[in-house]
Amino acid sequence: MSKKEIKNQADGQSISLEEIFDQKIAQDEKIEPKDWMPEKYRKTHIRQISQHAHSEIVGMLPEGNWITRAPSLRRKVALLAKVQDEAGHGLYLYSACETLGVSRDELYEQLHTGKAKYSSIFNYPTITWADMGAIGWLVDGAAIINQVPLCSTSYGPYARAMIRVCKEESFHQRQGYEIMITLAKGSPEQKEMAQDALNRWWWPSLMMLGPTDAESVHTAQSMKWKLKRKTNDELRQQFIDQTVPQAELIGLTIPDPDLKWNEEKGCYDFGEIDWDEFWQVVKGHGPCNKERLSARVNAWEEGEWVRDAAMAYAEKQEDKKLKKAI
Amino acid sequence: MKNNWPLWEVFVRSKNGLEHRHFGSLHAADAEMALENARDVYTRRNEGVSIWVVESKNITASNPEHNGELFEPANDKVYRHPTFYDLPDEVKHM
Repeated sequence: MSKKEIKNQADGQSISLEEIFDQKIAQDEKIEPKDWMPEKYRKTHIRQISQHAHSEIVGMLPEGNWITRAPSLRRKVALLAKVQDEAGHGLYLYSACETLGVSRDELYEQLHTGKAKYSSIFNYPTITWADMGAIGWLVDGAAIINQVPLCSTSYGPYARAMIRVCKEESFHQRQGYEIMITLAKGSPEQKEMAQDALNRWWWPSLMMLGPTDAESVHTAQSMKWKLKRKTNDELRQQFIDQTVPQAELIGLTIPDPDLKWNEEKGCYDFGEIDWDEFWQVVKGHGPCNKERLSARVNAWEEGEWVRDAAMAYAEKQEDKKLKKAI
Repeated sequence: MKNNWPLWEVFVRSKNGLEHRHFGSLHAADAEMALENARDVYTRRNEGVSIWVVESKNITASNPEHNGELFEPANDKVYRHPTFYDLPDEVKHM
């Protein structure tokens, strides 16, 4: 009998570990860190969870850019709290990922060397205050649509982290939309600023929901493992249908001349997405790829002495305690 | 230099009357820093009134592959459950 097989004593049939695993997933049972899992499941989860964590960490950079220049104290505390949440979300996700037997150091290494990806949307610049509104409203809006189904994904630690993330995320979107509302009913210049931000963030937000179903290589497997519950195209449609009325409500125009309500299908038809742009940014040629990665690497390297000092202090305290005990 | 901060498990009591529950893990140089980091990472919205941290290496966990042998002794002891005992129908509550 192979190592992968165990004997079922009752009926003398042998059933492989993989079959037990598949049954568990089919019955919506969770997989926990020490349970047996196929190597491909482990690898895929490390890839997806770490990408997700990296996105939260890199995602702090475009917004951190505006903390010191927020137009009021109210906006500033909200933005600070949002960025702090993103750090927290990154940390929940890194620790969920570590339960799969990969170390934090390896994960950072993959991010810093460019081996691991993070969400391409963060490679776009934040050039006006309205970008803080558009990011909260659109980018966090798209993220929520992506993340809600993950609360019931099959890997226990990931699902638990996502429940926590989703609870905290809705304030992010509301604070962004509130910024847009305020600008949209402000001076003509402010309204124009809001429209300009929408123009720049709309298409990258649609791309954020991933390649079309026809192009997406991981969809089938991910659906089986409940790493995905809806396809990219379904999620994108949901995002568009929910966002268009919100833009109309505040008098902003979605920058898509082909956007039209389809009475028959009960959803919006929309124009062609520029997938060349998407792949260019994924491959590292977006407007800010280099800047983001170097900011992240610098933060890590320049913080090294702090981490070392903290460890040295901890060891010294431990020694002291030991000596006292003797 | 690679002098990595160890991993800690975080347990939070959400309010008095409830037990501490596992919330997740984090890295910290020592116990005091682990507590402070746990506050910032896991209780930003008043999720807790008490935090425990324990270095992950100090936890001994059972192996799910041995669940059969480990939990088998409980399987055949139905007499530990109240439904094992027959009572006349007249006894409504016991």
